[in-house]
Amino acid sequence: MSCCAAGTESATELEALKTAGPSAEEIRLSGRSLGNGLSQCDFIVPGVHCGACIALLEKELPKVPGVVRARVNLSSRRLAIVYHDAHADLDGLVKRLLALGYPAHLPGIEEEGGDPVLRELVKAVAVAGFASMNVMLLSVSVWSGAEAATRDLFHLVSALIAAPALVYSGRIFFRSAWRALRHGRTNMDVPISIGVILAYGMSLYETLTHGAHAYFDASVTLLFFLLVGRALDQMMREKARSAVRNLLRLAPRGAMVVADDGSREFRALDDITPGMRIALAAGDRMPVDSRVLSGRSDMDFAIVNGESAAVAVGPGVAVPAGTLNLTGSLMVEVVRPARDSFLAEMVTMMEAAESGRTGYRRIADRASAIYAPVVHLLALFTFIGWLAVTADVRLSLLAAVAVLIITCPCALGLAVPVVQVVAAGRLFENGIMVKDGSAMERLAEADHAVFDKTGTLTRGVPQLVNAAAVDADHLALAGQMGLSSLHPLSRALAEASVGVRTGRDLPPLPVRESAGEGLESFGPGGEVYRLGRTDFALSGPRADTMPSAGSEVVLSRDGALLATFEFADEPRRDAGAAVVSLSALGLGVEILSGDKQGPVAALARKLGIPDFRAAIRPAGKVQRLTDLRTEGKRTLMVGDGLNDAPALAAAHVSMAPASAADAGRQAADFVFLHDSLQAVPLAISVSRKAGVLIRQNFALAIVYNIIAVPAAMLGHATPLIAAAAMSTSSIIVIANSLRLRRASAVLSLAEARGRPGRDQPAGLSGIGVPA
Amino acid sequence: MSNLVVLIPIALFLGGLGLGAFLWSMKDGQYDDLEGASWRILDERDDRPD
Repeated sequence: MSCCAAGTESATELEALKTAGPSAEEIRLSGRSLGNGLSQCDFIVPGVHCGACIALLEKELPKVPGVVRARVNLSSRRLAIVYHDAHADLDGLVKRLLALGYPAHLPGIEEEGGDPVLRELVKAVAVAGFASMNVMLLSVSVWSGAEAATRDLFHLVSALIAAPALVYSGRIFFRSAWRALRHGRTNMDVPISIGVILAYGMSLYETLTHGAHAYFDASVTLLFFLLVGRALDQMMREKARSAVRNLLRLAPRGAMVVADDGSREFRALDDITPGMRIALAAGDRMPVDSRVLSGRSDMDFAIVNGESAAVAVGPGVAVPAGTLNLTGSLMVEVVRPARDSFLAEMVTMMEAAESGRTGYRRIADRASAIYAPVVHLLALFTFIGWLAVTADVRLSLLAAVAVLIITCPCALGLAVPVVQVVAAGRLFENGIMVKDGSAMERLAEADHAVFDKTGTLTRGVPQLVNAAAVDADHLALAGQMGLSSLHPLSRALAEASVGVRTGRDLPPLPVRESAGEGLESFGPGGEVYRLGRTDFALSGPRADTMPSAGSEVVLSRDGALLATFEFADEPRRDAGAAVVSLSALGLGVEILSGDKQGPVAALARKLGIPDFRAAIRPAGKVQRLTDLRTEGKRTLMVGDGLNDAPALAAAHVSMAPASAADAGRQAADFVFLHDSLQAVPLAISVSRKAGVLIRQNFALAIVYNIIAVPAAMLGHATPLIAAAAMSTSSIIVIANSLRLRRASAVLSLAEARGRPGRDQPAGLSGIGVPA
Repeated sequence: MSNLVVLIPIALFLGGLGLGAFLWSMKDGQYDDLEGASWRILDERDDRPD
């Protein structure tokens, strides 16, 4: 492993990286040309953690032939490699990375470069900050009692500084407000835009007519504060999104096409048409829906049907895209082009199911739906009232603008994003990525949780269950043999044998794998060891006396039984405790699984979940979620398989583990990186806490308005008072939001992660109860 | 009054210089890898972002 900070990466991510790295063809396909025969390719390297990693990679990688330059970005865990198109040893590069302890994979195709929205926001913040600082400096001198001529000069300079800032920084709000108005809706940006523009226009008029009060400072500081809130919100989303994007991409980007004359060529996914023949090596994912022509292998269908047991395939078997070839190489014929694959079908279903979420309106929008009319009515009343009393249009307008400024939702604009950014940071520390703020609001409302079984409630990979009953020497031997195979049962054996103490060291054994049957190896004395299915490993009459269950493997020497290993798909760490916590949080829990009745019922009993449905197709899951919605329930869906993706999109809010299929991760609102299922109740309690704080912030903002608005209506809101009141309310709201950062506010998963070992006791049951 | 005519442009120019420097550094990619930069300062090799 890498040099430092072991454990900071997620277990699932590392698990995924155990597969072979990208091939040279894939790298070439995703590289972009820089001209001069050079190309650049970006890799995701989750293992970089510190300066030593940077120095090592940037020093060692250019030594690979053809590699010109390597540059690590520690924040995004990316590595940019510049290489000569013609003679770069890209396979050597990947091998070198692995040898150095930094397994790498390629990012998705769809995203390139930084986030343009965030850059625009940061620039707008910078411009508004510059303007508000300078205008405020001038305003302070005016408030300290400048004489009339100086005051007019300062107001004029302020107007000149504020104008470009308003246009540049304010357009973000103006645009959004205009969009909302055009669709006949209002949002928070409408009162902001009207307030800022009116304040500027009124102040400009005052300046030109040598009036005493100008609100240039208020209008630009308002923009500044609000933009800070926006930028924070965007940063949070971008951070989560890039973390999710950095997860291993499961869909291959191309395939090795075999021409009729036997020549092989790596082609991009879009160039693959039905009828082509594709060579699929062990460890590769199936790029398109195909049928096996020749070869035998075991395939992992988990991503398609959600079940973990490997499926043996042979000639004639149809294999959907996304499945993983485990043991043997296959020659397959393409049946359907990539865009019509099973994966694409799921995506279509997801889009259809998306409606579950579009009906949701964010708290801030709901608040502004009440807020905006109230503010505008108040300003109108003020104007009419003043007009009636004084019959002076200028004075009336001034008072109305003061009301607009003082009620302008500065605190309101910060109330939601600051809390959500702090909450998202809290979740981020615990390996939970939040896609956006609205997801957190929806999660806080959830009152029913639906879990997928395999890969979500369970690990999705078989675990050795009878390690104690097996002789340590045999386990070590089986583990040694299993190391060379990708089959999940071999993997489980290899993992279980780590740390097993045996009397002697085992020499590395040459292992031969027969697909669908098992592993064969020869000891130093010529004896034959076999590990695999009963009828494969055992010879003679004993073979038929052993029951041949799918989750059982035997080890034999020269056909005689040495040991029997039993496997089961273990519940995910803390699954039981998480279910208990969820009930404590008041959520109903149920299982929706594509698996057979028996295993689902057994797991439900084990975890204490009374409600379960087995053998459900993807469409059935969506149907169930729709039914739950019509019952008035707000459902949290937790699932990982491709078959869960439509359900994830249909649910009120959804979570997926990092090991989930690409489509599932895209569809889910939350992605949790760590193994423990406690992430689910943790995310709910943080979201609820955030919801409470947001409401508190709204209450604070309302209290502020109750005090400030009458003052403004009576004409007491001078520019000085407006500036002071606005800043104070913003600071109070921010300070209140930061309370979420306190260690006592939310228990974290940190202590659970710190301790090694997988049988984590239910030490986090305290999470559940919101204060 | 007359000294203000000199002082205000100077103040604005200096402020603008800061703003310009910030926008330039952002465009130059100085904020792309904040974590890495804090480590690279300990390293003797080049520290230019690319």
